[in-house]
Amino acid sequence: MADATIDAIATTPPQSYGRRALKRFLKRPLAVLGLLFLLLLALVVLFGPLISPYSFDGQDFNLIGSPGPMTAEHWLGTDELGRDALTRLIYGGRVSLAVGLAGAIISTLVGTVVGAFSGFYRGWTDTLLMRFTDVMLSIPTLPLVLLLSGLFRPGPVLLVAIVGTLIWMGTARLVRSQFMALREREFVEAARALGAGGPRLMFRHILPNAIGPITVAATLAVGSAIMLESALSFLGFGIQPPVPTWGNLLNSASSWLSVAPWLAIPPGLCILFTVLSVNFLGDGLRDALEPKE
Amino acid sequence: MSLGYIVRRLLGAIPLLFGISLILFTIVHLAPGGPLDVYVDNPSVSREALDQIAKAYGLDQPVPVQYVLWLKSMIVGDWGYSIRTGRPVLAEIVLRLGPTLELGGLALLISLLLAIPLGIISASRRGSKLDGALTLVSFAGISTPVFWLALLLQLLFSVQLGWLPSAGYKSIGDGSFMDRLVHIIMPAAVLSLATIASWSRFIRSGMVDVLNQDYIRTAYAKGRGERGVVFFHALRNALIPAVTVIAVDFGTVISGAVITETVFAWPGIGRLFMESMDGRDYPMLMGLMMMGSLGIIVANIIADLTYAALDPRIRYG
Repeated sequence: MADATIDAIATTPPQSYGRRALKRFLKRPLAVLGLLFLLLLALVVLFGPLISPYSFDGQDFNLIGSPGPMTAEHWLGTDELGRDALTRLIYGGRVSLAVGLAGAIISTLVGTVVGAFSGFYRGWTDTLLMRFTDVMLSIPTLPLVLLLSGLFRPGPVLLVAIVGTLIWMGTARLVRSQFMALREREFVEAARALGAGGPRLMFRHILPNAIGPITVAATLAVGSAIMLESALSFLGFGIQPPVPTWGNLLNSASSWLSVAPWLAIPPGLCILFTVLSVNFLGDGLRDALEPKE
Repeated sequence: MSLGYIVRRLLGAIPLLFGISLILFTIVHLAPGGPLDVYVDNPSVSREALDQIAKAYGLDQPVPVQYVLWLKSMIVGDWGYSIRTGRPVLAEIVLRLGPTLELGGLALLISLLLAIPLGIISASRRGSKLDGALTLVSFAGISTPVFWLALLLQLLFSVQLGWLPSAGYKSIGDGSFMDRLVHIIMPAAVLSLATIASWSRFIRSGMVDVLNQDYIRTAYAKGRGERGVVFFHALRNALIPAVTVIAVDFGTVISGAVITETVFAWPGIGRLFMESMDGRDYPMLMGLMMMGSLGIIVANIIADLTYAALDPRIRYG
C-alpha cells in the first residue's frame, strides 16, 4: 500500500497546490471529523425547524408554569413557558451559527484590510493602524461588547457587526506580517515594473498568496464569534428572547438548574462541540494550507 | 536589559492609554441619553438643579472640552461618583478589587501547577497515546464555554452532592479559612480551565523546540539521565516563550472574570461591572473599563520585561 503510494507520487506529474492541500487535510482525522460535524449541524439547523412539529415560540398552554420533562412528544422537554426545548435548541443553533459566520466574515474583512494597508504601505500608515490595533487589544473584549450592547441595545444585525469589529485584531497582525514578507518578493517587483499600482498589487498579486493563513484565521474567528455571542446572550445582553440562541437558552435554563437540569445540558454541549469542531478544522487547515517543509 | 528600555516601554503605554480613553469617551457619548437622563424623571430634581449639575460637571461645554476635562480628572484620580451608590468610583473599584485578585491569583496558581507538568509530560512523550489524549483534552478545555462549565459544576457539587456552596464569597456569620476555601474552589476551577489548556500547549511546544536542540543531545551524550536533561537543561529555556503568554493572560484573567463572578455571585470587579450594567452606571463602567485596560497594558509590559530579563539573547538596546 505504502509502496504503491510512493510509486504513484513518483510517476504522476506535480500536483496543484489545492490538490496537495486536500491530501494533507484528509490525513487529519480530527479535522475531517470536525468538518463533517459542522456540515451535519448546518443541515440540521437548516432543515430541522421545517421538520419539527413545533415552532420556536409556540407554547403548549397545558405545560406552562415550570419546565416539562423529556417525553415522546418533547424529546428534550419543554421550558417554563411550554415551548419545545429541542425545537428551540435547533432554531437557536441557526441563530448562533449565523452570528458566528457573519461575525467571522466581518472580522476577517476588517482584519485583512487593516493588515494589508499596514504591511504594504509601512511608514506612518503602519504606525497609525498598528497603534490602533494595540489600543483595541488593550481593552478587555467581553466587557467592551457588554458596554456597547448595554448602551445601544442593538438588534441582531448591529450585534453581529459589533462582535465582528472586536475580534479582527489577530487577523490584522497576521495579514500584516504576510504582506510585509510578500511585498519584497520578485513577482511583486515584476508586477510593479509592469505598472501595477498599490491596490492592484495588494489585492490582485499579494493577497492570493496570503490566502492560506487568512483562511485559518477566518475559521478560528467563527469559533471566537460563537463563543463571544453565547457569553453575551448568557449574560442577557445578546440576542433577546423569544428568539433563542444557545447562550440565552442557557441563561433561562440557569434559573431552573435544580428543578430541570436537562434544559441546561444540551445548549452547552452544542456550543462545546461546535467550537471544538471549528478549532479542529482550523488546526487541520493550518497543516494543510501552510505546510512546514 | 537597560533602564532605557524599561523607561521607553513605560512611556509607550501613554499614547495607548490616551487612545483607549478616547474610544471609551466616544462610545459613552454616542450612546443615547446623557449621564443626567437618570434624573430627568425624578420629581425631586428640578429643571434648574439639572442645569446646575450640568454646569458644575461641564456638561454644557462642547464635547472636545468635556473630553479634556474628563481626562484631566481621570489623571488626578478623580474618577467621579457612582450613580448607583453615590460613592467615589475609584474607592469602590479598589474595594472590590480584593476578591477578584484573590480569585484570579488562585486560578493562575492552579493553572501554573497543572499546566507545567502536563506540558512537560506531553512533550517528553511526544507522539504517544498520552500526548494525543492530552492534546484532545486541551482542545476541549479551550472550546468549553465557561458559563456552562460553571452551571455543570453547580449542578453536580451543589445541587446533587451538596458538597460545595453554589455561590457567594463566604457564609453569613462565618468567614473562616475553610468556609472561604469551599466558596472559592468552584469559581477558581472554572476560571483556570482555559488557561490550563492553553498554557500546557505553549509549554509543550516550547519544550519540543528545546528538546530538539544540539545542547540537549550533548547533555544526553554526557550521560545525564532523562529526568536531569528535562528538568535541569530543558525546562528553563522551554518556559521562556510561555512566560509571555502567562503574563498576558494574567491581565485577561482579571478582566475576564465577569462571567465567572456573575455565575458564582463573587463580589469582585467583574460582578461590579454587571451590577453597573444593570444600573446604567456610566461613571462606574468607564472606571472599570479603564482599570481593565490598565491591567492588560501592565501585564503586557511585565511580559516583555520578563522575556528580556530571562533570555540574554534578546537585546532591546
